[in-house]
Amino acid sequence: MVARKILQELEFETSEAADGQLALDACNASMPDAVLLDWNMPVMDGITFLRELRKAPGGDKPIVIFCTTENDLDHIQEAMNVGANEYIMKPFDSDIIQAKFQQVGLL
Amino acid sequence: MNPADFEFISSLILSRSGLVLTPDKSYLLESRLMPVARKHGLKDLDDLINTVRSRKDEALIVEVTEAMTTNESFFFRDTKPFDLLRDEVLPPVLEKRASQKRLRIWCAAASSGQEPYSIAIVLKELGAKLAGWKIEIVGTDISHDILKKAAKAQYSQFEVQRGMPIQLLLKYFDKVDENWVVKPEIQNMVQFKYWNLLEDPKPLGNFDIVFCRNVLIYFDAKTKGTVLDSISKLMPDDGMLFLGGAETVLGVTEKFKPVPGQRGVYARV
Repeated sequence: MVARKILQELEFETSEAADGQLALDACNASMPDAVLLDWNMPVMDGITFLRELRKAPGGDKPIVIFCTTENDLDHIQEAMNVGANEYIMKPFDSDIIQAKFQQVGLL
Repeated sequence: MNPADFEFISSLILSRSGLVLTPDKSYLLESRLMPVARKHGLKDLDDLINTVRSRKDEALIVEVTEAMTTNESFFFRDTKPFDLLRDEVLPPVLEKRASQKRLRIWCAAASSGQEPYSIAIVLKELGAKLAGWKIEIVGTDISHDILKKAAKAQYSQFEVQRGMPIQLLLKYFDKVDENWVVKPEIQNMVQFKYWNLLEDPKPLGNFDIVFCRNVLIYFDAKTKGTVLDSISKLMPDDGMLFLGGAETVLGVTEKFKPVPGQRGVYARV
């Protein structure tokens, strides 16, 4: 995954989940500082994941950044309404990841 | 390229723009000027230089100079200067001008417009505090082409994502096909003008705040001093100057002094 490689170059410790439900299980087991989230995931999509995450104990803490091909205004607005902190529209590059992480105070 | 040609073209660019080109940057001449050569049907850089030398064609010289300028720009570049503008610089400046309600800001190397539009958004976000104020943000650059892009206020998805927070993107941009266009309420706060920083900027009028970020790095020490001294003459006693992170006034001019605790911000002396 391109994003993981960029984040590792920025010296973040990363882990990945194969679908939305596994991502939620992983967060419930140990809340991360930040979640980079696709809209389109198997089993549970990104927006459902985010709703569930924000309801979970401690789930208000992680900074959540969408990173997706869903680039229309409705999707972006919905993500922000549900509690995303930032939104990266694919395609992206390392400058964009870095800029977004700076904006949310992770860099 | 032979040394005489390099000397000729680098001297021409220095005299026209203040840009210093050292021999180790000759690759830049190649990458920036080959498109100009091709456009004019010239076979290579030597051919272009010979043409410039023999024809003394002003339009071609301007084109060569513009091609050598660096037009890298991001919205809210480096983030911190815009926080300092909002939280530290603007409050006292606005307080002192509360009766005349007039504020002028100059972006001295506006490039494709991201910096002046970012400043306009910072001001717009102050909302009611600036109701009734006459705000003018003037963006200047030495490249006509880049100013056309700036005035168009249309940016690609890549460009807006380099620095524009998503909430502000939703608030101050319209999505038009695959691009993002700055809304008229922000566009109307900014005007663009061609200006060469080597010229006396007096005709541009006076400015309360000047952004001259990441341009002095391309100038030699004497030119840096001259440019900063000229800028100081346009500013009131409480005028504030923003420079890039790798730039300073120390050893360059005595017309500005660093503001303690505000990196990149300089007060008029």
